[in-house]
Amino acid sequence: MTAAIPNLTAWRKQAASARIGRDVVGVTIVALAGGAAYFTFPDDLALLRSVMIAALFVLSLDLVVGYCGVATLGHAALYGAGAYAAGIACVRGIVDPLMLLGIGAIAGGLAALITGSIILRATGLPQLVLSIATLELGREAANKASRITGGSDGLTGIEPGALLGLFTFDLWGRTAYLFSLIVLVVLLFLLLRLVRSPFGLLCRGIKEDRIRIRSMGASVFPQLLKMYVVSGMVAGIAGALAAVTTGVVGLDSLGFEKSAMAIVMLVLGGAGSLYGALTGAAVFVVFEHVVSSINPFHWLSMVGALLIVVVLFLPRGLWSLAGQIERRLLRLRGVGE
Amino acid sequence: MTPLLDVRGLHKAFGGLVVASDISLALNPADRVALIGPNGAGKTSFVNMVSGALAPSSGSVSLAGRDITHMPEVRRVRLGLVRTFQVSRLFRSLTVREHVELAIRQRDGEAGIFSRGRPNSAVSDEAASHLDALGLLPDAGRLSREIAYGQQRLLELAIAMALAPKVLLLDEPAAGVPHDETARIERALDRLPPSLAILMIEHDMDLVFRFASRVVVLASGRVIGDGAPAEVADNARVREAYLGSYAHARRKP
Repeated sequence: MTAAIPNLTAWRKQAASARIGRDVVGVTIVALAGGAAYFTFPDDLALLRSVMIAALFVLSLDLVVGYCGVATLGHAALYGAGAYAAGIACVRGIVDPLMLLGIGAIAGGLAALITGSIILRATGLPQLVLSIATLELGREAANKASRITGGSDGLTGIEPGALLGLFTFDLWGRTAYLFSLIVLVVLLFLLLRLVRSPFGLLCRGIKEDRIRIRSMGASVFPQLLKMYVVSGMVAGIAGALAAVTTGVVGLDSLGFEKSAMAIVMLVLGGAGSLYGALTGAAVFVVFEHVVSSINPFHWLSMVGALLIVVVLFLPRGLWSLAGQIERRLLRLRGVGE
Repeated sequence: MTPLLDVRGLHKAFGGLVVASDISLALNPADRVALIGPNGAGKTSFVNMVSGALAPSSGSVSLAGRDITHMPEVRRVRLGLVRTFQVSRLFRSLTVREHVELAIRQRDGEAGIFSRGRPNSAVSDEAASHLDALGLLPDAGRLSREIAYGQQRLLELAIAMALAPKVLLLDEPAAGVPHDETARIERALDRLPPSLAILMIEHDMDLVFRFASRVVVLASGRVIGDGAPAEVADNARVREAYLGSYAHARRKP
């Protein structure tokens, strides 16, 4: 019965292998792909930038939906909070791009603290309804406060200064692209560390069985709220980045559709994996763009068809393909040894 | 000396259904007490009240002299009052080792978002020793849903032990386990630290009589017998309420 400890160093190695090295490789691949796209598609930088902003937003959604099991259709409230905060700050004279992202993060985090303390008290469908309600309240507030938000006309005149005082946002969107790429890569790395930390493990436990996690001495609500605030900060940064790089913020950034599309992207790529969130956002935005330029009349039905095919045949998302391929490769190597 | 766990006059009714009526029970370190009784006797409700998942209508629970009757479940766990579940409640997408590592981190308050705890290697070594003690080490990397049910029961035990309990409430540790694997669970129970106070609910009478030094019998929410296993087995009321109907069918299929 005493299964001899196979080999303590092997055991430790196995523990460490899933950790930092893998994340560094993953993030490097994303950075290289982003860099390669910059040179290969110089005319599509605006599209690629919107891919990255969508990816940041979907990453933030994955933190609460994929890792904590929160049901939300109100995530745009956090994105919109960041977008409006950064936009308003910029119009009022704070033009440093990094500072604007910081303002977006704080606004998104605060919005998450307020809405999270409401919606995280419920679960399932009531939670979903609460999330929609908070989103509608936020949207209505932005609509009514048209003197500072521009109301339904949108907030315009956002003209950020040069990045680090050196790089101005050029007409071709090069600075905006590289800025977005750096923000995405840095945040992706930090979030990968977060979801692999003991805290990330705890959140996955909460998602699966709250009764079990309580019997391990962990209270559920405070942990969920912490993750929700982190998610809000990331969503807020995504919103601020959109405001800074596009120069406008509209009511659609607080829209129900924005929330729903993010869920669609997340499911498409695979919830519960940050790479899945990234894949989903990239595939969805690019597919939408390509199909709508090929056929401007029927592109929405093509998007629908793609979703049906993926969800039916890969219920755990496109990214689950990568896991299947990895397992097959490992098996092949195992046979060879 | 105050008992480690002291339950006094615990009462609970759901409408007209009385699930606990004036139950008192004290546990000291190193105690091995079995709680038996027919289905619906209120055994699991009792464990739920002691662990904090269910609030009693009246009565008190104290741990090491401290009144914990109204303390939330999570704080009781941190004080060393740990339970397992009758039906394994494990995290389907977590590996065996992750369960134990999570329990260790949680016990040490290192699962917070900003906490900088011990290095992974230290936690991982401790997890290895818990898993090794229960013979689960070879399955450490597998998902909990992939291991056999008997092993899942052992993993429940490993999680509980990783939480460093002073009092352990075992809700049918051998429930649903095929007969040939019960021996493995029994050996695991035998090797738990002697100083631990254990209250075990169990239907398997062989296991109860071998494991427990004291047996408490519950029927319709009342204690109808309390004593050494042999004494309880001879008690006429107990035989009538429980053992008679179970003597020939000790195990559920």
